[in-house]
Amino acid sequence: MTTTTLTAPAKPDAEKPRRTRRSRAARAGGQMHGGPLAYTVLALFTIGSLFPLVWTAIAASRDNNRLAQTPPPFWFGSNLPHNIEVAWKDANLGKAFLNTTIVAGVSALTIVFLSTLAGFAFAKLRFKGRNALMLVVIGTMMVPPQLSVIPLYMMVAKLDWTDQLQAVILPSLVSAFGVFFMRQYLLQALPDEIIEAARVDGASSWRVVWHVVFPTARPAMAVLGMLMFVQAWNDFLWPFLVLTQTGNPTVQVAIAGLGRGYTPDQSLIMAGALLGTLPLLLVFAIFGKQIVGGIMQGAVKG
Amino acid sequence: MATRHDTAALPSGKGGAAPARPTARKASDPVDERRRARLSRRWQRDVRWSPYAFIAPFFLLFLAFGLFPLLYTGWASLHQVELTAPTDMNWVGLRNYTRLFDDEFFWNAAQNTLTIGIISTVPQLLMAMGLAHILNYKLRASTFYRVVMLAPYATSIAAASLVFVLLFGYDYGMVNWALSSVGIDHIDWQNDKWPSQIAVSTIVIWRWTGYNALIYLAAMQAVPQDLYESAALDGANRFQQFFHVTLPQLRPTILFTAVVSTIGASQLFGEPLLFDASKGASGGAEHQFQTLGLYLYEQGWVNQHLGRASAIAWTMFLILLVIGVINYVISRRLRASQ
Repeated sequence: MTTTTLTAPAKPDAEKPRRTRRSRAARAGGQMHGGPLAYTVLALFTIGSLFPLVWTAIAASRDNNRLAQTPPPFWFGSNLPHNIEVAWKDANLGKAFLNTTIVAGVSALTIVFLSTLAGFAFAKLRFKGRNALMLVVIGTMMVPPQLSVIPLYMMVAKLDWTDQLQAVILPSLVSAFGVFFMRQYLLQALPDEIIEAARVDGASSWRVVWHVVFPTARPAMAVLGMLMFVQAWNDFLWPFLVLTQTGNPTVQVAIAGLGRGYTPDQSLIMAGALLGTLPLLLVFAIFGKQIVGGIMQGAVKG
Repeated sequence: MATRHDTAALPSGKGGAAPARPTARKASDPVDERRRARLSRRWQRDVRWSPYAFIAPFFLLFLAFGLFPLLYTGWASLHQVELTAPTDMNWVGLRNYTRLFDDEFFWNAAQNTLTIGIISTVPQLLMAMGLAHILNYKLRASTFYRVVMLAPYATSIAAASLVFVLLFGYDYGMVNWALSSVGIDHIDWQNDKWPSQIAVSTIVIWRWTGYNALIYLAAMQAVPQDLYESAALDGANRFQQFFHVTLPQLRPTILFTAVVSTIGASQLFGEPLLFDASKGASGGAEHQFQTLGLYLYEQGWVNQHLGRASAIAWTMFLILLVIGVINYVISRRLRASQ
């Protein structure tokens, strides 16, 4: 296993100390100014990243006939409101959005809360078996949940939970990554002295958690919450397995259902895909900086 | 780990008065001392057991929805179980595994998983490395680029797959149109073996390159600046610095992303399922891009043999274990060589 550490919290770029020796650093590779070539490559990657999304919107604004012509459309048509209306109704997207918001919200909040507790214990408390249990957590991260779907499905069938949201929510509450992420953050962000000071004042462990750990961990909790929300929102295999009737889908199941219809109308499918993607793109547009920082903080170094 | 904590110095005798330890206050008043001893016992209990209380919820959920299902999959793989009656289990020993061994579709799926895994992982990580290197320059609007590179990551597998199905369409797809405008014949991205595998891999590459680039970028920013400075003093140019400073420093990160991408590739399901949805879960008319994940679904939920599907799941698990062991060995070697 690679050992892992968090890059310094709160100031991801550490720009200031570098500036003083800028001329040397510029020569020395770490922080060179980007030239025209760099911007060209970036422009290409930007186009590559955004083009399929933009084209989703273009196709969603056309109709099926136009998509069966060559060359393919490069600009928006006028059919977007109509397609959205039909896709919304056909795929039961209203219900799907409600369901997915519930699933992703409950999942993200629970994971953040439990991960902070466990991450705090692993980062700052001493107890027997701590290192062994932490190894279990790290090992768990490497085992994809997909391998467990068959018994989970049996459980759901036995409990008669097919097509019910709790069948989707419960298995999604386990996140070893969350525990690991919060541990890494608290190791650095929470000084032992503060805990000791609270202890000296006679604070119980729960009071320490409420009054010291949670306030300190808030930025990391927010980032973890967003990452877990995205993950739950986009989760496909498990909801697809347990939500088999069209009456109670998540967004992903609903969109996939559009694509699996017998007479697929491509512009409708694209309208559904667009609707299902927009909320997360909005979240990324608003909180992009924080999410980027979170992913980079959780990144594994050496 | 060298975290200092008060519990580390927990006195073994009674009346350790641990709360007073850090400042070592003198407690002379006898009444005060008794009160303090009582508090201290409670305090000790609290310190001793609260860590377990904090980690218990996670581990309970993990046992119920992680470990137990994983082990039970192994148990189910030794039985004949049908989807229609999941609680009826007939012991068949290793027969599900021996059948898999003779099953050409299983080997086909295993092969496809491997090739799609390679086609999707290698270019993805190479591009991510290049992109990270550029993002590590001083750039105007650097945050903008980082967020843009994450946009595909925000897009779900379902949405991304459906768009790429259209882009890769035979008659009217954007890709074939672009190819024909430079004089290349239409390619059958859905039905020909290698084109379809490349197309499925493209979805994976599109979704994950930016994410991996950010991981590399984080690692690059953690490389000590003086390494570059001394390399520059030794006359190394930018390329030499990249190959002799950056890459070696990033080796653990590269290994990590390679492992994570490999695991992801071995689980590939949604992309091949939706890439030719009209063919059900067969991964194309001739199973040309059916992955193990998709084959597991087909056996379990289309053919309704949950026992055989369990055997596939456990075979995948064993493969992952092997990958894990290889990863462990390599990372130990890496550390030993540093």
